[in-house]
Amino acid sequence: MQLFPCPFCGLRAEAEFHFATTAGRARPEGAPDDVAWARYLYGEDAPKGLTTEIWLHTTCGEYFLLTRNSLTRLITGSEALR
Amino acid sequence: MTGWRHPTLGSEIDRTKPLRAKVDWEVIDGFQGDTLASALLASGPRTIARSFKYHRPRGVMGFGAEEPNALFDVTRNGTTTPNARATLVPLTDGLKARAVNAQPTAQKDRARWLDLLHRAIPAGFYYKTFIAGGWHLYEPRIRKMAGLGQLDPTTTPHADTPIRHARCDTLVIGGGVAGLMAARTALETGGTVWLIEQSRHLGGTLRWRGGEVDGQAWPDFVEDTRKAILASGGRILINTNAWGAFDHGLIAAYQRYVTDIHWQIRPLNTVLATGATERPLWPAGNDIPGVILAEAAHHYLMLYGAVVGRRILLATGSDASYATAAALAEAGADVTLADRRAKTPPAPEGVLLLKSQQLQSVQGRTEMFGATFNDTFLTADTLLMSGGWTPSVQLHCQSGGKLDWDADKDALVPRPGTGHMRVVGAANGTFGLAATLIEAGLPPQTGPDWHWETARPNPLIKGRVWIDFQNDVTLKDVTLAAREGFTSVEHLKRYTTLGMATDQGRTSNFAGLAAMSEATDRTIPETGTTTFRPPVQPIPFTVIAGRRRGDLFNPLKRLTLEGQHKSRGAQFREYGGWLRPSAYGDDERSSAQTEAKVARETVGIYDASPLGKLDVIGPGAAALLDFAFYTRLSTLKPGRARYALMLRENGIVFDDGVVMRVAEDHYVVSASSSHAEAVRFVLEDPRQDRFDPGRVAIHDVTQAWTTLTVTGPRAKALLDAAGLPVDCPAMGLTRSTWNDMPVRIARISLTGDISFEVSVPTSDGAALHAALEAARIKVGGHWIGLEAVMILRAEKGYIVVGKDTDGSTMPHDLGWGGPRLKRSDAYLGKQSLFTEAATALDRRQLIGLESAEVLATGAHLVPLDGPRRSLGFVTSSYMSPNLNRPIALAMVEAGHGSEVGIFHDGTVTRARVTPACAFDPKGERL
Ligand SMILES: [Zn+2]
Repeated sequence: MQLFPCPFCGLRAEAEFHFATTAGRARPEGAPDDVAWARYLYGEDAPKGLTTEIWLHTTCGEYFLLTRNSLTRLITGSEALR
Repeated sequence: MTGWRHPTLGSEIDRTKPLRAKVDWEVIDGFQGDTLASALLASGPRTIARSFKYHRPRGVMGFGAEEPNALFDVTRNGTTTPNARATLVPLTDGLKARAVNAQPTAQKDRARWLDLLHRAIPAGFYYKTFIAGGWHLYEPRIRKMAGLGQLDPTTTPHADTPIRHARCDTLVIGGGVAGLMAARTALETGGTVWLIEQSRHLGGTLRWRGGEVDGQAWPDFVEDTRKAILASGGRILINTNAWGAFDHGLIAAYQRYVTDIHWQIRPLNTVLATGATERPLWPAGNDIPGVILAEAAHHYLMLYGAVVGRRILLATGSDASYATAAALAEAGADVTLADRRAKTPPAPEGVLLLKSQQLQSVQGRTEMFGATFNDTFLTADTLLMSGGWTPSVQLHCQSGGKLDWDADKDALVPRPGTGHMRVVGAANGTFGLAATLIEAGLPPQTGPDWHWETARPNPLIKGRVWIDFQNDVTLKDVTLAAREGFTSVEHLKRYTTLGMATDQGRTSNFAGLAAMSEATDRTIPETGTTTFRPPVQPIPFTVIAGRRRGDLFNPLKRLTLEGQHKSRGAQFREYGGWLRPSAYGDDERSSAQTEAKVARETVGIYDASPLGKLDVIGPGAAALLDFAFYTRLSTLKPGRARYALMLRENGIVFDDGVVMRVAEDHYVVSASSSHAEAVRFVLEDPRQDRFDPGRVAIHDVTQAWTTLTVTGPRAKALLDAAGLPVDCPAMGLTRSTWNDMPVRIARISLTGDISFEVSVPTSDGAALHAALEAARIKVGGHWIGLEAVMILRAEKGYIVVGKDTDGSTMPHDLGWGGPRLKRSDAYLGKQSLFTEAATALDRRQLIGLESAEVLATGAHLVPLDGPRRSLGFVTSSYMSPNLNRPIALAMVEAGHGSEVGIFHDGTVTRARVTPACAFDPKGERL
């Protein structure tokens, strides 16, 4: 079981966290075309290697940015959304 | 019985405490401190097991986790552990052991004839033979014959093993000299040190080989190090098996016998000092009882005084065996040392040394009586083998470590810089005390060298040569696999089952690899190794499950008023993770019918406490809820409530419930009971990532309130009788105090009748219950369970999200198309409501069904004529006691007429399509 660092709570077991989305995927506003909207909904890139993602710490309820290597599972950063 | 007990030797047994165990109906005597294996060697029969495939007689071969043969179903203190290795089972008085894979006993096994068929059962036999007619025809019988130990269903071993989490600065795995030296070094740099040792004692090979460490006699060194570890605040876990290395340095370890604990340890640094396993040799008949690993014999002699034989041949190519031969000779055995090298150390005192000896075969059937070297037969009752050493690198590999082939050490050793652990001692290919101490940073010291000459299985040897003792894989099986093209080690493993048994190929993997490399004319690194996966040693599933089983597997949420409901005769069931009253009375079905009728005629009361209650507070609350809900909530007036749907971004209905506006900047969101936590995070997402989180806060107060709902024509009267305020319009709420308690009453209906949700702080729940019960006795009515509530809501066509909707249901499919057409502002899921699929004309719609019989929930709706296909399905179905007819809700393709077929269990019945609401369609009762 991995340990994820919540910026508010510190290192906690991965079972307390939920993946939300890859960082930087802005929600298309207004009336996006179906292709752009579908890509936003389902087009996770799942990059191999270094990736910045938004995770939820279910215990404290905070969403935060987690930088990790999806290949080696090494965690390199964790910061609050703002 | 060839082994015997030495009168004085045995540093780890207590001769004043004799013990008696029963092995296959035979009484075995031993002493406190013995293992089951040492007691068997000293005073038991030689044949103690039967091999897996051919039912060959087998005896003890090793002394630790590598033991392939001596497996027993062991019963101690009333619990049975299947497939326990006798080498790791401490002997206790009254212990009972049954040989596995043998009937009635290992010595008289009825299936021993199988060995005569060995030529007919080569590798891949099952794959090749049991194809005609289909494997499933043969599978039951083969399964019955396969497998080793048997679970005793009347006992549940280790079922309550607790999981304990721990942290330390340094974790050392292995309590031999390398591990102890690593602990000492770690203590010098400060921090806590934990040490895990698989056996009962620290010291590793020092315990039987002796020696000095840094000028100290070994027992003093061990004791000093032990004390220093404890003084640092660390711990020493004996009888503990580190069985897995996981992400981010997590080590799982299983501690047995005194206290069973499943440890999950997170050290900052891990040192692996798990030693090495001695390799056997590969003459024909190398599995006959009496053939034992040399180091094991040394171990049994010094620790338990268990001498493995009287006339002993020791076949070796290693300097390390000379001390073993000397110790056995000194103990009184007749020892011949047969070295495969021409250049050897001098013969130990009392030992006959023969040089350049090539071991060809072992003679014997149920017990050996001699062996042949260089075509010369030598009489002996015991053959000791030393074929070299294989480092125990499993945990290194599990932590991501790689291996390198080291030709000098004739072994695959950890590649520096890979994996999370520092590997030391024999696990790192550093063999012998002197080399280990140098590796640990001590100055060079004198000590015996551990030079050896490489040994390999020789394919030219006549007869049957065992490579994998536990899974009965012979050298011929390996060469056959090579000829048939299974040359990758991963294929070899699966084709022959080499290394797949509970010993995980500790004594066989290297030999199999060497034989395959020889057969395919490749080097060992070219041939490759298989992957090491957890567990390193077998571990009962019950240990992994720990206490998370039965009621604790998925603990239910309980009502604070559970006791009160029980005393009213409630039956309980799980609803979305909550244990709630299903009905009051012995017969759930008929009680539910009565309750649903009473609730319409007079009044019913039910416990609605599990309904999610999320406080959304702050000046930004209205804007957040407008975005998060499909239904607009900023237009709601304080003191009023509104039914609202919540969608996900894909436009699918995620939850429904009533949202109350308590004050201008205070909403209460009632989420479905099973959904409260999830709804909270759907709200948190835009709160943190879209709005100003400083202007709105979300607080889950579900369990802070007890809610009892009073519903029915006499609801007002009942509240009145209880002294509760009733001046509340439909879809409105009142906040007040009642008997000095804060109370919140919302006139919201899930049943279609006048209903009041009465909420008080949980601490006042019992008082509210008592007051409502007293009023009920005066006014009449009934406590009603969830089954009755489900009937009442279905009569009204009110949905349960997830039951009447699925992963494709959008709000306009449920008749809630208004906001989709009217709202111009942004809200969650909006864009998805206008896609091609969302606007299709044949989308499934919520409808009601009228039928002669109660329909099966889940039954498909089909056209009455034309080709049969699914138009949808029944989502809810009940007998309505108020309409006196079956009612049902269903999803059906739009535009399919007023009659449909209901396909269930092979037959089609008819049902009439109606509006979803079957009872009081005009809503006059509210
Ligand atoms: Zn947190």
